[in-house]
Amino acid sequence: MANITYIEAISKGLWEEMERDKSVFLIGEDIGPFGGAFKVTKGFIQHFGEDRVVDTVLAETAILGAATGAAVVGMRPVAEIQFADFVTTGFSQLVNNTASIHYRWHVPCPMVVRLPSGAGIHGGPFHSRNPEAWFFHQPGLKIVAPSTPYDAKGLIKAAIRDNNPVLYLEHKRLYRHIKGEVPETDYIVEIGKGDVKREGRDISVITYGSMVHMALEAAEILQNEIGLSIEVLDLRSLMPLDTELIYSSVRKTGKVLIAHEDNITGGIGGEISALINENCFQYLDAPIKRIGAIDTPTPYSPPLEEFFLPNTKKVVVALKELAAF
Amino acid sequence: MKEEKKKNIQAPWADLKLSNEKLIKIYRDMLLIRRFEERAAQEYGKGKIGGFCHLYIGQEATGVGAIAPLREDDFIYTAYRDHGQAIARGMSSKGCMAELFGKVTGVSKGIGGSMHFYDLSKGFMGGWGIVGGHPPLAAGSAFATKYQGRDSVTICFMGEASTNQGVFHEILNMAMLWKLPIIFICENNGYGMGTAISRAMAGEHLFEKAAGYEMARGAVNGMDVIEMYREMSVAIERARKESLPTFLEARTYRFRGHSMSDPGQYRTKDEIDEYKKRDPIETFGSDLKQWNILSESAIEKLEEEIKAEVQEAVEFADASPQPSIDVLYDNVYA
Ligand SMILES: Cc1ncc(C[n+]2csc(CCOP(=O)(O)OP(=O)(O)O)c2C)c(N)n1
Ligand SMILES: [Mg+2]
Repeated sequence: MANITYIEAISKGLWEEMERDKSVFLIGEDIGPFGGAFKVTKGFIQHFGEDRVVDTVLAETAILGAATGAAVVGMRPVAEIQFADFVTTGFSQLVNNTASIHYRWHVPCPMVVRLPSGAGIHGGPFHSRNPEAWFFHQPGLKIVAPSTPYDAKGLIKAAIRDNNPVLYLEHKRLYRHIKGEVPETDYIVEIGKGDVKREGRDISVITYGSMVHMALEAAEILQNEIGLSIEVLDLRSLMPLDTELIYSSVRKTGKVLIAHEDNITGGIGGEISALINENCFQYLDAPIKRIGAIDTPTPYSPPLEEFFLPNTKKVVVALKELAAF
Repeated sequence: MKEEKKKNIQAPWADLKLSNEKLIKIYRDMLLIRRFEERAAQEYGKGKIGGFCHLYIGQEATGVGAIAPLREDDFIYTAYRDHGQAIARGMSSKGCMAELFGKVTGVSKGIGGSMHFYDLSKGFMGGWGIVGGHPPLAAGSAFATKYQGRDSVTICFMGEASTNQGVFHEILNMAMLWKLPIIFICENNGYGMGTAISRAMAGEHLFEKAAGYEMARGAVNGMDVIEMYREMSVAIERARKESLPTFLEARTYRFRGHSMSDPGQYRTKDEIDEYKKRDPIETFGSDLKQWNILSESAIEKLEEEIKAEVQEAVEFADASPQPSIDVLYDNVYA
C-alpha cells in the first residue's frame, strides 16, 4: 500500500496500464514535455516516448475523432481534455461518432476520455464545468467519476481495459487535496459498481465525485450532533448506474438525498430520483431530496462561487430536513 | 540597433500622422499594462486574486499598437490573455484590478475574472476562455455592422495555437466570402501553453493559413508598437473603406509563464533573455527619447504617475465590496 494523492493515483494507473499493454497510448494537448495542464502525465514522454505520449495541437475535435478512429482499429487511446469544459468543442465526435460506432458496426471502441471536472477553484464560467449530464443522456458512452485515490486508480485501469468508450471524470479540486491508501499490486474497480463509503440506517446520501467527501463530513457531524445514522453511497459509475446498490440502500433507510456538484436541473440526480420512484416507491418515507449547484453559469468571485456550489453545510441542512420529515 | 537608428534621418513614425500626445499615450499605455500586471502577479501571490491569470507582459506592443488606431465605435474581441488589451482600450485600471479581485466594482462585476473582461460601452467584447471560441462572434459582429450600414471595424485577437482549431478556418472562409470588415490579429508568441509552434504547425508561415481564402495577410513585428500601428492602419482602412478582412500575424513573445502556475520548462532562459533585449517598452522608450518626444525625467514622471495609479487600483479593489448573491439569479435570462 502507498499513501498517495488522487492525482498520483490517476498517474500511476495510467503508467501501469501503459506498461502492461502496448496498445494503450495517450493523446492530448501539452501532455508531453509540459506534463499536461495538471501534470498528470509528468515524466511519461521521457519514459514511454513520443509515439505513445502524443502531444497534439490545440484541437479537441481532432483529438476525440482521432482517438475513436484509432480505437476501432485495435488501439486503446486515452485522450486528455485539459478541462472538461473544452470537451464541448469536440462534442459531435463523442455523441455522434464515438457513441454510435459499436451499435452500428459491432466493433469495440476501447477508448478513455479524461475530463478534469468541477468547480471550487475560481475557474469561472469556462473552467469549472461538470459535464456528466451532457453525456449521460447519450446511449453508448460509459461514465465514471472517482472520489478517492483507490477508486481513481482502479477505475482508470478498468476504463482502459473496457471495450467501450469511457468518460473518466476526475475532479480538479480533489487532485491534491485528497490522499489515501492505494495498493501497488494490480487491481481494478469494476465499472458499474458503486460503493457504500459509510453505512447508516436513517438516510441514504447518493452521491459521487467531490460531494462524497462533503457527504461523509455531514454524516459525521450529524452522527455527533443528533445521533443520526447516515449512509453514504458513492456511485463511482454514473453510466451504468449500480441500481441494485441504490435500491438496497433505499429499502434500508427509506429516505434519500441525492447530491451532486453539477447544477440541479437536468442533472443526473433527476434520473436517479425517477428510478427510485419507479422501483422503491413503497419503501420511501419522505420525498426524495436533491442538492447541487444552482442553475446559473459558474461565477468567478469566490463568495459567489461558494454560494453557487453545494457544500457540507448545505448537505447537513438538507439531511436535517429529511430527518424531520 | 541603436547605431542603425542614429543614422535614420526620420523618426520611425514619420510616415504616420501621430501627434506627440498620441505617441506618449501609446508609451504610457504599454507601461501601465506592464506595471499593472506586475502588480497583479504580486497580488496573485498574496492570494488576493484566484483562479487562472494569464499575463500579457512582453506582448504589450501588439495590443496597444493594434488598438491605438481604432475609433470609438469599433469592436474588439480577444481571448483570455485580455488585461493588456482592455487597458489599451481605456478600461480603467481600477475596474480591471477589481475584477481580478472578484469584486462588484470589477469590469465584469466579479462574475468573469481575469479571462473574461468586457465593456460593451467601449466596444470591448471580451475576454473569452475557450480557445478558438470567440472568432466566430467577432465575425458575427462584423456582419452586423455591415448589415446595419455602419462603418465600424471589428478586430479579433487570437493566440497562434487557436488557429489549430477547425473553427478558425470556418470563420476565415466566411469572413472572406462575405467580405466582412474584420481584422484577425494572431498573436504568435511562439507557444501555446507548453507547446512550441514548431511542434504544433505543419508549414512554416503562420499567416499563410489565410492564403487558402485569398485574404490579405502578412506578418508584423509585434514587438514594435509603431510597426503594429502602421500595419493596422492599412488593415483598418481596407476594412472600413472596402469592407474586406485582413489576417495579421503579430510576431511577439510572452516574458512570463503561460499562466501563474507555469514552471516554464519547455523553453530556455537564454531564449527568454534574447527576447527581453527586444523589450517593446524599452525599445519604444529609447526611440521617444532619441527623437526628443520624451526626456528621461519625463519618463520617470510617467513611472511615478503609473505607480500611483496602480497603487490606487489595488486599494480600490481591496476596499470594494463583494458582489451580492442576487446578481447570480438576476441575469441568467434577459
Ligand atoms: C478549447 C480549449 N482547449 C484548450 C484550452 C486550454 N488552453 C488555454 S490557453 C491554451 C494555449 C493557447 O495558446 P495560444 O492560442 O497560442 O495563446 P497564448 O496563450 O499563447 O496567448 C490552452 C491549450 C482552452 N482554454 N480551450
Ligand atoms: Mg501562443
